[in-house]
Amino acid sequence: MTRPRIRLPESAKVGDVIEVKTLISHVMETGQRKEMDGKPIPRFIINAFTATFAGAEVFKAELHPGISANPYLSFYMRVPGPGELELTWTDDNGVKISEKTKLNVV
Amino acid sequence: MRVGPFMCYLEANPATQLDMDNSVLNRRAFVLGAGAVAAIAPFLTATRVAAQDAPSWEEAVKKVAGDAKPATDSRFAFELPEIAENGNMVPFSIGFDGPMTDKDHVKAIHVIATANPQPSVASFRFTPLSGRAFVASRMRLARTQDVIGLAEMSDGKFLMARRAVKVTIGGCGG
Repeated sequence: MTRPRIRLPESAKVGDVIEVKTLISHVMETGQRKEMDGKPIPRFIINAFTATFAGAEVFKAELHPGISANPYLSFYMRVPGPGELELTWTDDNGVKISEKTKLNVV
Repeated sequence: MRVGPFMCYLEANPATQLDMDNSVLNRRAFVLGAGAVAAIAPFLTATRVAAQDAPSWEEAVKKVAGDAKPATDSRFAFELPEIAENGNMVPFSIGFDGPMTDKDHVKAIHVIATANPQPSVASFRFTPLSGRAFVASRMRLARTQDVIGLAEMSDGKFLMARRAVKVTIGGCGG
């Protein structure tokens, strides 16, 4: 997994409902494909995503092999006040990638 | 060498070749098609065996909704292309246009692709802090099929939205 891309509005007011867009590079191997010699290619996907803001859960997702490679996710958040948005992706090997983004609350 | 994703469900997409009018192209397509089918025939058998072990989409719905009878609601919108050229990457968005308060909100939205080898695509879980029960992403669709969205409300009720998607080139959906 490489460093994810995260897009938030430049600024937001308390109470605003804002859109969060995320994109991360990952092969999302389904486990359905086979090598030419018939050997199955093992499943390797990002299976979980969580979003918390100032420690409180905003959104989470359980992903299955039906999600495309390089998962894109867009969701919304009601701004409760100033704070940091923490996004975490977890893959089948238990590897976690976390990114913290400060939201500019005016 | 790996089997390319476009080959996995070749048998399910005869329309891509049959629609051509030009006879030269038709012949070429037939030769290419026949060669490709011969080359991957052993894998198709293996895929079918795997598919039989996989849970059906009815089981996937039951796992999420139990015995609840999901209702339809015009506020529950499921956006998908009518025709997806590439089954490996089908954009979708799904959301419920309603309140997101502590008492009354959408707890989760589940997406189920009825003809994928593994029908469950994703489960998205919301909180009142989500503000809006909406999510957009991209999914794999193995072939032309119906896709089901299920919204799980905080009062335990379920809503369902169903969309048919024509897939030109299937993705190795899971």
